[in-house]
Amino acid sequence: MGLVTAPAPLEIEKTESAEEVSAVPEPDVPWVTIVHNDPVNLMSYVTYVFQTYFGYSKDKATKLMLDVHHKGRAVVSSGTREEMERDVQAMHGYGLWATLQQDRK
Amino acid sequence: MPGQFEPLPGGGAAVALDEVEISIIRSLAVQLLELIGPGPAEDAGDDPLAELFAEGPSEPPSDPVLQRLFPDAYSGPEVEATSPEQVEEQRAYSAEFRRFTENDLRAGKRENALAVIRSLDALTVEGGGGGEGGASAVLKLSEEDAKQWLGALNDLRLAIGSRLDVVDEEDTDLLYRLPDEDPRKPMVMAYLWLGGLQETLVETIMQ
Repeated sequence: MGLVTAPAPLEIEKTESAEEVSAVPEPDVPWVTIVHNDPVNLMSYVTYVFQTYFGYSKDKATKLMLDVHHKGRAVVSSGTREEMERDVQAMHGYGLWATLQQDRK
Repeated sequence: MPGQFEPLPGGGAAVALDEVEISIIRSLAVQLLELIGPGPAEDAGDDPLAELFAEGPSEPPSDPVLQRLFPDAYSGPEVEATSPEQVEEQRAYSAEFRRFTENDLRAGKRENALAVIRSLDALTVEGGGGGEGGASAVLKLSEEDAKQWLGALNDLRLAIGSRLDVVDEEDTDLLYRLPDEDPRKPMVMAYLWLGGLQETLVETIMQ
């Protein structure tokens, strides 16, 4: 179950309930943007993108980059579905491999 | 230093490139442009609003490079669906996302590649003609140009990495140890060299 194995990022609160995974989007559950590891993108470039696009500090951007690198993925933002689609589109524009999903657990 | 961007006083970045290097980057950028393809307006005749209202594709591209440049938004590695309904739902969401974003994403990548080609074409190559070292030029980028170059270098590396089947970290290690007679060697050299250019350009921009 890939949906429940996301490493908990520092800034994002998670709801620990929702055991069952429903196919119907639940309106109250926030959406998240996930960046996936990729052996081509340079670590420095990924950090640059997190700082430039999200306005994250160097420390936070570096931590997220290392999460992507070591854990294979990291939640880089959360919000409404529309906001996350915007973030995913921006990440694709930069060439990062990103997806969005509901933060079910 | 050759193959490395350095900061310019007052912002921007500079790198010395010889004739061969210029032609390699230019040729790769042209290939990338051809792969990304023209915008929808170019197929739509004279209607100036066509591009504004044109919808993008809903199916993922078949070329692996394009698949990497324009991935599905709702399903990735480890984003496993738990039921056939969920698979279908993710596919439908990804298709919708693609329809409304892929044209813009393609346009952005085209603009970056075109910016690279334009700045290379504006270079005056000097020297060469039998002396030591070939003809070369110093490419100077404004801060804005530098960002477009950064995006284009990344897209070029994604494209080459995809053609070389670089799918995990071990693949990259293997590339360094490729024997000289391997037919992929020239592409690998270009890939690693572009990586150096991109790395130093990021450093320059982040200073």
